[in-house]
Amino acid sequence: MPFGWKKNEPQDSRGIEPHHPKIMTHWTRKDLLGLRELSVDEITLVLDTADAFKQVGTREVKKVPALQGKTLINLFIEPSTRTRTSFELAAKRLSADIVNISASASSLTKGETLKDTARVLEANHADIIVLRHSSAGAPQFLASRIGASVINAGDGAHEHPTQGLLDSYTIREKKGSIAGLHVAILGDILFSRVARSNIFALLKLGARVTLVGPSTLVPRAFEQLGVTVSHELEEVLPTADVVNLLRIQHERQRKEYFPGLGEYIRLFGLTKERAKLLKPDCLIMHPGPINRGVEIDSELADGERSVILDQVTNGLAVRMAVLYLCGGVN
Amino acid sequence: MRTVIRNGRIIDPANNRDEMADLWIVDGKIAMPQSNQAETQVEEIDAGGLIVSPGLIDIHVHFREPGFSWKETIESGSRAAAAGGFTTVVCMPNTSPAADSPSTIAWIRNRAAEVACINVLPTGAISKNLAGEELAPIGSLAQAGVVAITDDGHCVQNNEVMRRAVEYARMVGVPVLDHCQDYNLVGNGVVHEGYWSTLLGLPGWPSAGEEAIVARDVLLAECCDHWIHCQHLSAAGSVRLLREARRRGVKISGEVCPHHIALTDESIQNFDTNFKMNPPVRSEQDIDALLEGIADGTIEILASDHAPHAGFEKEVEFDRAPFGIVGLETELGLFLDLLVHKRKVIDLSRLIAMLTANPARLLGLQAGTLSVGAAADVTLIDPEKEWVVEANAFQSVSRNTPFDGWTLKGRAIRTIVRGETVWRV
Repeated sequence: MPFGWKKNEPQDSRGIEPHHPKIMTHWTRKDLLGLRELSVDEITLVLDTADAFKQVGTREVKKVPALQGKTLINLFIEPSTRTRTSFELAAKRLSADIVNISASASSLTKGETLKDTARVLEANHADIIVLRHSSAGAPQFLASRIGASVINAGDGAHEHPTQGLLDSYTIREKKGSIAGLHVAILGDILFSRVARSNIFALLKLGARVTLVGPSTLVPRAFEQLGVTVSHELEEVLPTADVVNLLRIQHERQRKEYFPGLGEYIRLFGLTKERAKLLKPDCLIMHPGPINRGVEIDSELADGERSVILDQVTNGLAVRMAVLYLCGGVN
Repeated sequence: MRTVIRNGRIIDPANNRDEMADLWIVDGKIAMPQSNQAETQVEEIDAGGLIVSPGLIDIHVHFREPGFSWKETIESGSRAAAAGGFTTVVCMPNTSPAADSPSTIAWIRNRAAEVACINVLPTGAISKNLAGEELAPIGSLAQAGVVAITDDGHCVQNNEVMRRAVEYARMVGVPVLDHCQDYNLVGNGVVHEGYWSTLLGLPGWPSAGEEAIVARDVLLAECCDHWIHCQHLSAAGSVRLLREARRRGVKISGEVCPHHIALTDESIQNFDTNFKMNPPVRSEQDIDALLEGIADGTIEILASDHAPHAGFEKEVEFDRAPFGIVGLETELGLFLDLLVHKRKVIDLSRLIAMLTANPARLLGLQAGTLSVGAAADVTLIDPEKEWVVEANAFQSVSRNTPFDGWTLKGRAIRTIVRGETVWRV
């Protein structure tokens, strides 16, 4: 039997379960550019589809033929290991042909524009382009100019939709549902695409969101997005159902945003002492890579409330779902 | 050669004139009304239903020559100006080489004399190579014929350098134009810092980045007792600072461009680089403040900041695209549509003053008037004509406009330079 399917498992022609019966939405987007423009039904459809794919990962043969014959290009103009690997594995499990292009290996270093690079890829009959780029809006730019599907794998400080989806998926998986939960997002919000995608998804799904960090990295302007801004970590922790810690990008942070890591830890680090304020069932999340001892105490990162590795596993299922849905439109 | 423009409404703010009358042009100059003499031929232009205005002046354009002729040339820029109703423009010095030496000024003036269908006047740089460090030879530039000095596109950050430049400019009698941008506050900002920059994760360009330099310029204009004109104002606080200083008689002025009153930062949400300009388009509150400043006379001058860029230069990621839009061919239409018709901020006469007599007074230009004996630079305007902006039909080499497809009310119908019609609809 091909692809390791058991005989009694329901499957459609492309090798996975049909969409969740409760969800009537049909996916019509060729691209996934951000979560701000998605409806609640669309987000739920991705999460439900990811449910089906998560199960595929537990099988002996972890591969389905959903994207057989399709060509996927991982176009990573900005360095990334975990997101690129996750997309690559997701594509391979869907049986797509995949090519990885990094900025240093591409013609972009020779002055070729993003538009021309994309047109060359399209001339090679790429079906899906997964784009990581340092410029906000680069995926929108690409998607409006080429016919291939464009999946945003992180654009500047704008959006990282698959991260927002996998975080939502993980919360839903652990907590049953998202509506009514209080989610605290800590750290460098201003420069974080992960924060923005999380904010958009979680608010749509009915969560209450509090952003915590220094005023320079969590400006009050965020309140206009419908979240609460706090600079007092101790006040937020006791009511949080989820704490999502963002990486402090101290290696590229301009000095004026905060005085130093020592002071950051003193004011905003999730230390063991502060963790005592958390509810016993509060989830601790982190998109990685972790600065152990900076935004989070090392033991907490490995503790029983931590779902950091679940996020990685779920990321694969969510990215399979996204590739499957967008790849099916084109 | 004699021409008479009949049946029009002459609005000539320099002479406090607003009346139905014929305008006579003899040998390229405005003339007294003539009696009809059968022996000489008279060209008759019917201006029924039209405004007869002094030729419009735009004191803020980039014609990109020398150095960037794929974006615009003095020749093509002049045609764009004529098509927009402008008979005199003032070019910014951020060319390549920068207009920081008398020889470059001479080159621009010669080129303009050869190819331009309108009056093209150069500015010189404040600092060598627009670097903000050493003074350019301002006295030699003045002798070479610049009408002002400015580092536009750049901003002298060192207050001491700026102070000495203003003092020196006072000595040689040229005003100082300033692009107000504090580099530290603005950083790598590309859009107005506010709701949309927060939502889209684009680096913010805060209003304070402009206001800080406007405040600096108020202090230096006062300190040096000389004119500083703040270019392309975008922020509410800048208007407040100017209003306060002008009440005290400080020699400070400001200009407003169409895009800063026609668009808000909401327009950047699709990452269209034709909405990327420096300073950026801001909020409704900023627009209201700019309109208030125009209404109460705090702002006396309107300009385009005509900034052509090639399509391939603009068709890149948002933060990598160059700032700026073309403006000459939409400027009058937008100002008429917004200021006179829609928002009713000023009347036609005030609008024409802000595009003729006021800029001429600031820079000491022999232009912007229909006085007898003046060069016959005349613009015929139909303030009621509805038309659709069509970027592909622009005279400019470049097409980078956010207004393509907009329907505007009011436009120039005919542009006359020294008695010659250089453009008509």
